[in-house]
Amino acid sequence: MLVKAQVAMVMNLDKCIGCHTCSVTCKNVWTNRQGTEYQWWNNVETKPGMGYPKLYEDQERWKGGWTLDRRGRLKLKAGGKIKKLLSIFFNPDLPELDDYYEPWTYDYETLTKAPPGDDQPVAQPISQVSSDPLDLKWGPNWDDDLAGGTTTARFDPNIRGDLEESVRFEYEKVFMMYLPRICEHCLNPSCVASCPSGAMYKREEDGIVLVDQEQCRGWRYCVSGCPYKKVYFNWETGKAEKCTLCYPRIEMGQPTICSETCVGRLRYLGLILYDADRVQEAASTPDERDLLAAQRSVFLDPNDPEVREQARRDGVPEDWLEAARRSPIYPLAVEWGVALPLHPEYRTLPMVWYVPPLSPVMGFVEGEGSEADPDDVFPAIDELRIPIEYLANLLSAGDKEVIRAVLKRLAAMRGYMREKNLSGVGAEEIADSVGMSPRALEDMYRLLAIAKYDERY
Amino acid sequence: MSVPTNPLIRGLQYIKRGDENAEGWSETGARRRDWERVYHQRWQHDRIVRSTHGVNCTGSCSWKIYVKNGIITWETQQTDYPSNGPDAPEYEPRGCPRGASFSWYTYSPIRIKYPYVRGVLLEMYREAKERTGDAVEAWAQVVEDPEKARTYKQARGKGGLVRASWPEVAEMVAAAHVHTAKKYGPDRIIGFSPIPAMSMASYAGGSRFMSLIGGTIPSFYDWYADLPPSSPQIWGDQTDVPESADWWNASYLMMWGSNIPITRAPDAHFMTEARYKGQKTVVVSPDYSDHTRFADHWLPVQPGTDGALAMAMGHVILREFFVERHVPYFGSYVRKYTDLPMLVTLRRRDGADGGAYATDRFLHASDLGGEAGENAEWKTVFVDAATGEPVVPNGSMGFKYGAEGEGLWNLELGETDPLLTLLGRHDELVEVDLPRFDTGDADEGGTVMRRGVPAKKVGGHLVTTVYDLLLAQYGVGREGLPGEWPEGYDDPEPYTPAWQEEITGVDAGRCARIAREFARNAERSGGRSMIVMGAGTNHWYHSDQIYRAMLALVLLCGCQGVNGGGWAHYVGQEKVRPITGWSTVAFAFDWARPTRHMAGTSLWYLASSQWRYDTFKADEFASPLGKGRLSGKHLADCLALSARLGWQPSFPSFNRNPLDLTDEAEREGLSPQEYVVRELKEGRLRFAAEDPDAPENFPRVLTLWRSNLLGSSSKGHEFFLKHLLGVPDAAVRADESPEAMRPEEVEWREAPEGKLDLLTTIDFRKNGSSLFSDVVLPTATWYEKHDISSTDMHPFVHPFNPAITPPWEAKSDWDIFNYIAESFSGLARKHLGVRRDLVAAPLMHDTPDDLAQPSGRVLDWKKGECEPVPGKTMPKLIVIERDYGAVAEKMKALGPAVEEVGIQAKGNVWKPHEEVEYLRGRNGVVRGGVGDGRPQLRSAEQVCETILALSGTTNGRLSVEGFKEMERRTGVKLSDLSEERGEELITFADITTQPRKVIVSPEWSGTESRTRRYSPFTINVDRSVPWRTLTGRQQFYVDHEWMLEYGEGLPAYRPPMRMAKHTGDIRSGEEGRAEVVLKYLTPHSKWSIHSEFQDNLRMLTLFRGGPTMWMSDRDAEKIGVKDNDWIEAFNRNGVVAARAVVSHRIPEGTTIMYHSQDRHLNVPKTELTGKRGGTENSLTKIFVKPTHMIGGYAQLSYFFNYYGPTGSQRDELTVIRKRESEVVY
Repeated sequence: MLVKAQVAMVMNLDKCIGCHTCSVTCKNVWTNRQGTEYQWWNNVETKPGMGYPKLYEDQERWKGGWTLDRRGRLKLKAGGKIKKLLSIFFNPDLPELDDYYEPWTYDYETLTKAPPGDDQPVAQPISQVSSDPLDLKWGPNWDDDLAGGTTTARFDPNIRGDLEESVRFEYEKVFMMYLPRICEHCLNPSCVASCPSGAMYKREEDGIVLVDQEQCRGWRYCVSGCPYKKVYFNWETGKAEKCTLCYPRIEMGQPTICSETCVGRLRYLGLILYDADRVQEAASTPDERDLLAAQRSVFLDPNDPEVREQARRDGVPEDWLEAARRSPIYPLAVEWGVALPLHPEYRTLPMVWYVPPLSPVMGFVEGEGSEADPDDVFPAIDELRIPIEYLANLLSAGDKEVIRAVLKRLAAMRGYMREKNLSGVGAEEIADSVGMSPRALEDMYRLLAIAKYDERY
Repeated sequence: MSVPTNPLIRGLQYIKRGDENAEGWSETGARRRDWERVYHQRWQHDRIVRSTHGVNCTGSCSWKIYVKNGIITWETQQTDYPSNGPDAPEYEPRGCPRGASFSWYTYSPIRIKYPYVRGVLLEMYREAKERTGDAVEAWAQVVEDPEKARTYKQARGKGGLVRASWPEVAEMVAAAHVHTAKKYGPDRIIGFSPIPAMSMASYAGGSRFMSLIGGTIPSFYDWYADLPPSSPQIWGDQTDVPESADWWNASYLMMWGSNIPITRAPDAHFMTEARYKGQKTVVVSPDYSDHTRFADHWLPVQPGTDGALAMAMGHVILREFFVERHVPYFGSYVRKYTDLPMLVTLRRRDGADGGAYATDRFLHASDLGGEAGENAEWKTVFVDAATGEPVVPNGSMGFKYGAEGEGLWNLELGETDPLLTLLGRHDELVEVDLPRFDTGDADEGGTVMRRGVPAKKVGGHLVTTVYDLLLAQYGVGREGLPGEWPEGYDDPEPYTPAWQEEITGVDAGRCARIAREFARNAERSGGRSMIVMGAGTNHWYHSDQIYRAMLALVLLCGCQGVNGGGWAHYVGQEKVRPITGWSTVAFAFDWARPTRHMAGTSLWYLASSQWRYDTFKADEFASPLGKGRLSGKHLADCLALSARLGWQPSFPSFNRNPLDLTDEAEREGLSPQEYVVRELKEGRLRFAAEDPDAPENFPRVLTLWRSNLLGSSSKGHEFFLKHLLGVPDAAVRADESPEAMRPEEVEWREAPEGKLDLLTTIDFRKNGSSLFSDVVLPTATWYEKHDISSTDMHPFVHPFNPAITPPWEAKSDWDIFNYIAESFSGLARKHLGVRRDLVAAPLMHDTPDDLAQPSGRVLDWKKGECEPVPGKTMPKLIVIERDYGAVAEKMKALGPAVEEVGIQAKGNVWKPHEEVEYLRGRNGVVRGGVGDGRPQLRSAEQVCETILALSGTTNGRLSVEGFKEMERRTGVKLSDLSEERGEELITFADITTQPRKVIVSPEWSGTESRTRRYSPFTINVDRSVPWRTLTGRQQFYVDHEWMLEYGEGLPAYRPPMRMAKHTGDIRSGEEGRAEVVLKYLTPHSKWSIHSEFQDNLRMLTLFRGGPTMWMSDRDAEKIGVKDNDWIEAFNRNGVVAARAVVSHRIPEGTTIMYHSQDRHLNVPKTELTGKRGGTENSLTKIFVKPTHMIGGYAQLSYFFNYYGPTGSQRDELTVIRKRESEVVY
C-alpha cells in the first residue's frame, strides 16, 4: 500500500441549474487572454447534446483515454510511444477549430463613432482570429437548453444501444440535464502518458495534473490523449494549457474558483486518500462495468487507523490526514456511494465525480392520479424522464442498476425527510429499504441540502 | 478544507526520484516546478472591494471586485452573509454568470467615455447661443423653429453623435429644462428611471432633481407589468413577498410563471435543497424550461390559460376541503383573515328571464339602520354564527380613519363567530347570474351562468356571503340550491378539472391531484404550501384575474401570512427595504410634497400615441351582467375620466402651464383651487389627457438614467420611435383606428411625430436608448460609485463601493444631476425665479382619500353627476412654491420638512428629530444658502447614510417609534417586534464590512428575526393587524362599479386577448411565402438581465451571439426553417430580424423571444422594410385595462407603483417566416 492524497471534486448534478457562473468566473480569472479565447477550462453542457468540443465523448473518433490490449494490459487508445513518435508531425486525432468554434467579437465602436447615416448603426460580429465579419454557426455552448436539439441531440454519443430506438426528441418526451465539466485530474491520466516531452505531471502532494509551461513543446498529444478534451492548445504561446484546479488558491486553503462561485452550491471539494500501488490494477479491470467498484476500492478510508499509519509513513502530513477525514468526498463517493465517475470506461480513473440528477422525476402519464393518495406525493423512480440508461452511459459504463440504486437513495432521503418535516419523525423503513441507517440519511441530507460552506470544501 | 503545502515536503520532491508511470511516458515527483509561479502571479491582486450590480434582477448580490495595478480584473461572489441558522442553507454565494461577466464592461469598446450630442443639434444650438448669448433663448430658437426641430429629430438613431464638453452639454440640457418649465410647465419634463432598490442613491440623484423642479416621474413597476394589480385588489398592498430562504420552509412548492433557475439564479438553490427536506415541487409552464427540470410534476399549460387551471384547482379544494369535509384550520383562517363571511348585497336583474340576481356591493354598517356612527359606509358586516344577527366587526376601512376607530382597527373577533355560509340560516334560496368568459372564440364579453345561493334579508337588502358566492362561481354545488351545476369533475362546465383540460391541455386527473396534494399539505403543515409566481403568469392583459384565481388557492388553504406558505411573486427588484429614508431623499419630501408621480403606462400609452391604434373599445371586455357603464368608451376616454375623477395621476395635467395657472388665479383674485374648478366647469381649462396630441400637452423633455427605455422596456417600441421621437422610418405597420373605434371624448388630431424636444440618456454602455438620444452622458459603473442595494429575495442591505474612480469623463448619477442642477439654477434665476406651481394630485392610498368615493360609485362631475370637489370627486389641487434658483442648493441639503412634517410609510408618520441631529454630526452641516444649518447631502455616501438613518429597517429607534404609532390605531401590541434591535443603527461602514440583515419595521408587513425568515403578512396574521382593504381582510370580492362592470367581482377565468379577432389576418399575403402565426412570449433571458449583458461578449459567446427566437421543430418545419436560419417576425406593431433556435422543448404554436434583445448588435436590415430590425418590443403594443385606472376607493386608491394600468405584452401574436435574401447589415 502506498498512500497518496488527492484533491478531488464531487458535483451534485441534481442541484445544477445550468447557469454557467462557474464557466464565466473561471474564464475571467484564468483564460481571459489572447490564445485562450476558446479555452473553457470549465464548461457546462446541456445533455443530451453535442458537448464541447463537439462530440468529444466519441472515442472511436478521437481515440482518447485508455484501452486494454489483447493481453489485458493498459494502453493508450491512440497507440503507444512508438506510434506517437512516428506520427509526431501529424496527429490524426486532433480536434480542429471547427470542432471548438471560431472565437468572435463585435465592431462595437461603430455604435459611438458612426457618422450621420440613413439607418441605425449596428455592431456586427467579427472573428477574433481574422477580424473579418463572421457568420456565427457554432459556439462553446451552442446547444444550451436543447437549442437545435431536435437535430443535434440525437448525435450525443451517450444515446446508444436501446436508447437510439426509445428516445424521441419530441415535446412530449423532452428531457434535459446539465453537466459542468473541468479537468478530471485523473489517477491514471492519459494526457500525461501521451506527452512526448514529459511536460505534464501529476503533482505528488495533491494529484493536480499540470502542463509545465516551460517544458511544453506544443506537440498537442495531450489534447488528443485526453478523452474529456480538457487540455487546450494556446495558439499565442504555442503551449498546452488546462485547468489547474486553481492550485494557487488550493495551496492557500481556498476552494477553486468554480467551486466557490457555484451558485447552485453543488460542488464539493476535498482530499481523498488512495492506494497508489493499486491504481494500475484498478484501471486494468477487465469489465468496464467493474471499473467503478475498482476505483472505489483504491480509495482509502481516512478513519481507518491502518490507513492513517501507512499514510504517515508515506509522508502525508497530519493536517492533511485530518483534512481527508473532514472531506465530503469519501462519504459521497464511497460510504453512501451516491457519487459516480464520468465515463469510467475511459479507464483514466477520473477524480471529479457526479451525483446523478434525481429530477425531473415525473413521467408523462395521462390520467394518472386523480384517485391517488394525496399524502403519497413522490412519483416512482422508474417514472424518470431522463432514461436511467442515459445516466448509466454517462456515469456507470452502462450499468443501470448502479444508477437506480443511487437514485433510490436520493429519493429515500426525500421521503424520509418529508415525513420528518411534517410529522416530526422520519420513517425508518424508508431508510432500511435502501440499505442506509436513518442517521446516515440525515447526514447525507445535511451535506447535500444544508451544505454549509465549510462542509462543502 | 485546508490544504497547506509544507515547503519541506515540496523541497524534498525535487531531489526524490519520481515514479515512472503510464508506460514510462511520464514520471511523477522529481522535477523542477518553479514554473508554477506563472499561475500564482496571474492570481495575485492588490485589493478587493465590496460592490454589487444595479440591474433590476432581484439578485442584489454582494461581490468582491478584484483590483490589480489600479485595474479592475474580475469579480467573484462574497460569501459572508449573516447566517440563516444551523439548520438552513445560507445565502452564499449569491451571483450569476451575468454578474460575473460585468467587469468586461469597464474597459470595453461599448463603454460611453465622454458626453455626446447629435452633431446637427449641437451645431444649431451653438449657432443660436452665439447669436443670442443666452442658453435658454438659444434652445428656444432651435426647438420652436419647426424646420430646425424636424432636422435634428429626424436624425435620431442614425449616427452622427459628436463629443462635447461637460459644461456645454450640461448648460444645453439645463436650458431645455428651463425653457420647457417656463413655456409649457414643469410637468412636461419627464425623468424616467426604474427600480430604486437596485441603486437607491443613483435613482435619487435624478428623482430629487425632478421633484425639486416639479418634473414628472413615471412609475415603472406597473409599466413593466411586474406589478400584480391583484395584490392591491386583494391586500391593499403593492407587493410583499417572502425572502427566498423561506422557500426552505415550504413543504409543497409550485413554480407557476417564474423560471427560478434563470430569473432567480442566486436563490434557486433554496428550491433544489428544500426538495431534500421532502418538499414536493410542481412546475406549471408551457415550455420545458430550466425550472421544469426540477419538477416532480410538470403541468404543461397552454400560454395564458393559467387562470383556468387555477380556477379548477380552486374547485377541487372547495369541494373536497370545504364542502365534503371540513378542515378546521382552513375554516378558522378564512373566517378571521378573509372576506368570505362578509355580506354582499344582491341586485335583481332588470328584465332578466326568471328574475335572477347579480352580485352588488358589500353590505355596510350604514345599511343596518340605527346609530351608524363614523365612516359607516366603510364598515362591512357579517352574520354571527351564535346569534344569527348582523355584526360590524373591527378592522374594516371605516376604523382606519377618524377618532372613533382609534384602537379598533384590528381583526380581533371577540365573542363573535363569523358565519361562513347562510345555508341553513337563509331566508330564501335564490338564483344568481355569474359571468363566464371562456365561451366561444368570437367574443371577449362572455356569457352568463346561473347558479344558486342562500340569501337573507338584512337591513332591507337581500344579501349572501362572499363564501356562498364563491362556491357558486366555482360551480361547487350543494344540496338543495337552485341553478345549473356541474355534475362532477368530469362535467366540462366552469370550473371543473375537465372544463380546464379543454382550455389548458392539462390532464384533468393531474389537475385534481395537484390541487388535492397542495391543500392536503397545507392542512398537515399549517399552511406551508407555496406558489412561486411571476412574469409568466403576470404579464397578461388579464393578469389580475389569473393571479386572483391562483391566490385563492393560498387563501383558502390558510397559507398566506405563514412562513413557508403563500404567494411568492417575484418580478422586479421592487423592494427598497429602507423605503421611508429613501423616498424622503429621493422625492425631496424634505423640501416639499407631493412629487408629480405619474402612472407610467398611462403616460407612455398617450405619449407614444399607441392609443391611436387600438382595435377595440372598453366595452369589449364588459360583462354581460354589466350596466353599460363603459359603453362606447375608448380606453383613452377611460384614462381621461380616471384623471378627471382624481383616480390616477395625470401629468402633464392641464392644457395650460401650472405655473401660469396660479398667476392667473391671483390676477382674478381667486385661490388657485377655486380658479381651476371654475375654469374646468366652464370648459376653458381641460385635462391634458383629454387632448394628448395637442402640442401644448406633449411631454417635451425626457431624461433616462439607469434605464434603457427604448432598447428594453418600450412596449410598442416602434410607436415610441414614430410619435414620441419622430423617427420617420419607424416600422409601425398598423393603420390607425377607424372612425368607429375612435374616442368619444378625447380629441383626435393629425398624428404628431417627434413630440419630444430633448431626449437625454445617462448610461455607461451604448445601447438602444443612447443611440436614439440627442444627448448621451457617461456615467460611472457599479464598480465606480457609492450606493445601496436591497431586494425582496434576501433580507440584507449592502453597498456599492468604488473599486476605481470613474474613468475617462464618467461621473456618478448623483454627481451628474448635481452638475446639471448647478447649470439649471444659474439659468433659472434669470428665467424663472420664484414661482407657484399647482400640482393636481390623485386621491392617495393610505390617506383619508381612501374614503373619497363610497361604494365605488362612479360619479362624473363633468356630466353633472356631482360637483367637482378637489380631493373628493376630482384631484387634489396643491400649490408648491418653487425657488428655481435654489434647486442646486436644495439638492445638497436635507430640508426642514423631514422633521417638521415627518416621514411616512403606509399612513404612519414619524418625526425623526434625533436622526436629523445625528445626520448633522455624521454628514456635516451646510453653511450658507437656503440649506444653511441643515445636514449635508453633497456626496452619494452622505445620501446613503441619510437613507439608512431615516428608515425603521436600518434604524431600530424609528422602527419602534413606528410600531408605537401603529399600536395607537390598532390597539394591539406591536413595538415588541423590534424592541430587541431598538438600539441599532446600521451605517454605510457597517454594510461595507458585511451585508446587514434589516430590522423588522412597520414599513413592511412581515416579521423577521434571527430565527425567523421574512414572509409577508405575518404581522397581520400573528397580531391581528388588518390589511389595508375595505373589509380589512384579504378580499376575494371586489365591489367597485367598474370591477363589476367587467365581471371581475370574484376570481374568474379570462382567456388571453383574442388577438386574431382584434387584428384580423396579420400574415403578409405575399404569394409563395410560407408563414406561420404564433403566440409571442417574451420571458426573461438566461444570458442577460433585461438588456444589460446581452451585448456583453461573455454572454454572447455562451449562447448564439445575437438576437434569437425559439420555436418548436413542428412550426419550423411548416415554414422550412432549420436551426440557426435567419427569420423575420412581424405583426401590426413592427418587424424583427433574428435567428431561429429550433427546439423540441418549445410547444407547437408558440414562439419565445427572450427579453430583452436590443437592436444594436448583430441585427441586420429586414427584408420587409429595408431598415434595421427591431427589438423584441417592436412586436408589442400596450392595451390598458380600465379596471386598473380605478381610484379613490379603499384599496383601489392610487399610490406610486402600487396601482395603475400595466404595460402587459403577453397576449400578442406574431407571424414568422424564413428570410430569403442575403443578410445585410
